[in-house]
Amino acid sequence: MKYSVFSLLKNTLSGHKKWPAAWRDPQPKKDYDVIIIGGGGHGLATAYYLAKVHGISNVAVLEKSWLGSGNVGRNTTIIRSNYMLPGNNPFYEWSMKLWEGLEQDFNFNAMVSQRGVLNLCHTDPQRDAFVRRGNAMRIDGVDAELLDAEGVREMYPFLDFNNARFPIKGGILQRRGGTVRHDAVAWGYARGADSCGVDIIQNCEVTGIKTVKGKVVGVETNRGFIGCKKLGLAAAGNSSEVAAMAGLKLPIESHVLQAFVSEGLKPYIDGVVTFGAGHFYVSQSDKGGLVFGGDIDGYNSYARRGNLPMVEHVIEAGVAMIPGLARVRVLRSWGGIMDMSMDGSPIIDRTPVDGLYLNAGWCYGGFKATPASGWCFAHTIANDAPHKLNAAYRLDRFRRGYMIDEKGQGASPNLH
Amino acid sequence: MLIKCPHCGTRPVEEFTFNGDASIRRPTSNDPKSMDQWFDYVYLRENPKGRFDEYAHHSSGCRAWLVVTRDTQTHEIFNVVTARDYAKKRVAP
Repeated sequence: MKYSVFSLLKNTLSGHKKWPAAWRDPQPKKDYDVIIIGGGGHGLATAYYLAKVHGISNVAVLEKSWLGSGNVGRNTTIIRSNYMLPGNNPFYEWSMKLWEGLEQDFNFNAMVSQRGVLNLCHTDPQRDAFVRRGNAMRIDGVDAELLDAEGVREMYPFLDFNNARFPIKGGILQRRGGTVRHDAVAWGYARGADSCGVDIIQNCEVTGIKTVKGKVVGVETNRGFIGCKKLGLAAAGNSSEVAAMAGLKLPIESHVLQAFVSEGLKPYIDGVVTFGAGHFYVSQSDKGGLVFGGDIDGYNSYARRGNLPMVEHVIEAGVAMIPGLARVRVLRSWGGIMDMSMDGSPIIDRTPVDGLYLNAGWCYGGFKATPASGWCFAHTIANDAPHKLNAAYRLDRFRRGYMIDEKGQGASPNLH
Repeated sequence: MLIKCPHCGTRPVEEFTFNGDASIRRPTSNDPKSMDQWFDYVYLRENPKGRFDEYAHHSSGCRAWLVVTRDTQTHEIFNVVTARDYAKKRVAP
């Protein structure tokens, strides 16, 4: 069923009691052309583009829990394409372009809202670095505007401009950045993929990967063996665990990242503001809650909950940036497991195992990448070779010395 | 998390800086033929779900390097030894 004003009117007349389910709940078939492990944003987007762009619809997405229970429902909903390095910019800009047309494409309201992403700077060297990054963005056709302190003050007069440690000197603004309703991204892709014939199988945990003569032939699950010709891994924080089932050891560590939401407030923060020096970023959801977060806790974790020192650190940084936050009450905090890679950049590639493809290493930047990640992963699976846009995200780049290290931190996953 | 430092007793987690997997071993050879071992050492990780040995620097305390054995799913801490004792024990037969 296509969602439109007419379907809305029709269902209004029947009291909204006759809306059909957005996707089926099928039993797994014996075998598929492609199986994707992980029913999060990236896995669902991959299935959607496999069916829609490449005409491969004999596809199953296996999700061990309920759909969207992982990081696609745990992030802070920000989209942007303000990177600097050549391997990153065209990819993230393609993601932004897909976001811009996504709702029409998959016929679902994902509340894509391009309200602007502003990074603050506090020193001359930091401004120089922003100028450089802004120029790199513009070379790649991404929008970037440098603001002085007055420009920032016009947008956000309530920031602490005279902070003793981090006075605000300006910022770099990407107006096309913004926020998206994160759950709706999972739902929209699931519905879109399902309507193309993809089977989305929830509560189906993969327990083993079966290979014959170095080629993938299927997966063992808690619902029995399911055969496949090609297998794509999109398991985010659990990537190492899943890849180990095929004998692969990855350049990835899993870390916990916490996020927070405050009580609902009247419209206060129009866009997304980041305070990189203090490890804090914030936006306001359409319900009015301030959604904010900071850095990862810094130790390996699969716990989906962090410790209180990081809660304190994030909120201190928030109050340093916006003193008025001191009077806002926090409603909830939660954690998600990040697949932190060794250079802070992702991997979308084939693997040494025939028929096995890997999509991992998103660190805490996976949400904004969802459309392009799925689009490129689908291309890589369908053609058995990466697309130009993900050509830099090779698994063997660490061995060859072609890291994409935006922060320049080296092989220290807890610092990216 | 509370970590029992062998020198300082039980201390809160914010006094410590973590530096990842302690079980990996630095190759001893500089021979270009050992490049695979170096690649493994620098970039690849087991990243286990469960029991995990990790380096922790008591950076806001005695500044000793420690090895904490912890469950990565529950954050339960089983054991804390100095990095020196950990290394010595590993070398011993």
